[in-house]
Amino acid sequence: MSIDLANQILTGLLTGLVYSLMALGLSVIFGVVRVVNFAHGEMTALAMYAAWALFTWLELDPLVGMPLIALMLFVLGYIMQRGLIDAFVSKPEHIQFILLVAIAIIMVNGSLLTFGPDAHGVQVSYGFDTYEVGPLLVDKVRLLAAAAALGISGLLMLFFRRTMTGKAIRACADNLVGAKVIGLNVKQLYAVTFGIGAACVGAAGALLSLLIDVMPSTGPELTMLAFIIVIVGGLGSMGGALLGGMLIGVSEVLAGYFLMPSMKGMFSFAILILILVLRPQGLMGARK
Amino acid sequence: MSRQAILLGGLAAAFALAPLVAGPYLLSVLVVVMYFAYVGQAWNIMMGFAGQLSLGHTLYVGLGAYTAAALFVHLGVPAALGLFAAVAVAAAVGGIVGALGFRFGVKGVYFALLTIAFAEFTRILFEHIPGLGGPAGLFLPVGSRDSFDLIHLRGHPLMFYYLILAMTAGIFLLCRRLVRSRLGYTWLAVREDQEAAAALGINVFRAKLTAVMLSAGLTALGGVFFAFYYNNLFPNQAFGMNRSIEIILAPIVGGLGTLFGPILGALILTPLGELITAVTEAMGFKAAGIKQLCYGLSLLAIVKFLPDGVWPWLRGRLGLDRGPDGEDES
Repeated sequence: MSIDLANQILTGLLTGLVYSLMALGLSVIFGVVRVVNFAHGEMTALAMYAAWALFTWLELDPLVGMPLIALMLFVLGYIMQRGLIDAFVSKPEHIQFILLVAIAIIMVNGSLLTFGPDAHGVQVSYGFDTYEVGPLLVDKVRLLAAAAALGISGLLMLFFRRTMTGKAIRACADNLVGAKVIGLNVKQLYAVTFGIGAACVGAAGALLSLLIDVMPSTGPELTMLAFIIVIVGGLGSMGGALLGGMLIGVSEVLAGYFLMPSMKGMFSFAILILILVLRPQGLMGARK
Repeated sequence: MSRQAILLGGLAAAFALAPLVAGPYLLSVLVVVMYFAYVGQAWNIMMGFAGQLSLGHTLYVGLGAYTAAALFVHLGVPAALGLFAAVAVAAAVGGIVGALGFRFGVKGVYFALLTIAFAEFTRILFEHIPGLGGPAGLFLPVGSRDSFDLIHLRGHPLMFYYLILAMTAGIFLLCRRLVRSRLGYTWLAVREDQEAAAALGINVFRAKLTAVMLSAGLTALGGVFFAFYYNNLFPNQAFGMNRSIEIILAPIVGGLGTLFGPILGALILTPLGELITAVTEAMGFKAAGIKQLCYGLSLLAIVKFLPDGVWPWLRGRLGLDRGPDGEDES
């Protein structure tokens, strides 16, 4: 295996970890609220715009601004669930789809009106620094972003395992009737869950702004990417989202390396079709 | 005569006579309305009647459009023959998607995502087929606009208007027959309770597969119309996710599973889009995105306040709730 290829795979793995964090948000929301968030990529794009705006106007490094952006997205997610989506939780899937598509259309065109059609990128001072690890070269920003994504994913797992709120949310996901019987405030917990999913998206968007440019069409592309990752890994499985993200990250660079970069999406969708048909619960999901 | 028949006759007469008063612009809007009513009705067979959610339905529009257009451009095959190939290709691909999904028990949201995956896969695939123009597009040679050549589908906009009107009327009558047929009742049983249907001896797999293939084939006819009316095809527009969303909006906004729903939905949404453009331009907003933003807000309002669609609500208001034999059939 050539050094160049090894470098590419490492790049794919690290980028994939940031994708994972975004997909984790989708997985958490679906696993608990049982609503497929078709506006997921659009929310990520909003977070990327926020990171760009903070960097351009306040010279705030996206890594520093990340908690603030995550908090903003938490509030957005909480309000969305409380104000709009909650009334649709028990409605048929196609109605939920139209609702979230409408939200996505509003977000895409709202950002087109605000930021224009051009691509916006964040250029930090250490943007071109690399570390040498043996024969391999690692981009500093990519390594930092991947490490942060992994750290946040770990914190999220701790939250769901150790805190009372986390346990209550898992109870809603496991047995909704039981959760209501013991007096849990399901409406409130759903809104908190949507907020947490959105906060993942906020953090992932801040990190992604270091790696790729954002423009209005970034949103729909990221929505598709998030779906592929969670289905491949297993909807509702947190480890699955991490595995799926790395797998898709690597498959993207390999498709670009061996064939054409424009064909990378085709590969991801082919993997999605294979998984849906052969193992619909995903690589790490439990068979129901 | 029942009220429903009066409504139907009045609607047909209004559309048939519309070109007498409508200028070229209004006619082009009506063509778009009819087109979305047609493909919406075709999609409705799969979702509204058989309960299988396809979110990648533009796959069949694109396949139909590209098949007929490529045969015409490369081999000179007239549209009247090419449409058979178009329907065959789309029905076959629909059969593959359906068979994979239903045989392996891919259900609900997962089946919907499978249909998206196939559409997106095909979009990127078509961008890499040089013979079909790739991302630069496939263009059909434009003939005389004064002829009325139905065999080659070249000619006057009026011909296209009456063609799509006939197609929409045809699919409406077909669906009307279908709902009351043995197959229609089979779909209804599968839609409402798959296990119970299977227990009654219904071949659930075959019923769902028939719905997908029929829906795909009919959608492909819409694709053939699309290709010869617009004369250009791009993978992004023929197979893009936005197109799939457009297809399903009319039947959902109009009323899922109803016969009038897709027509009413198209009659609301297309003029709404045009109205928003006119109003925003008149008010001096020229910025890109404002139209779609208003469209998204309107859509949000419609699903929020009339989640079952406009037709079931309107039907109650007009007193058309029950058909002559006491069944809900409009």
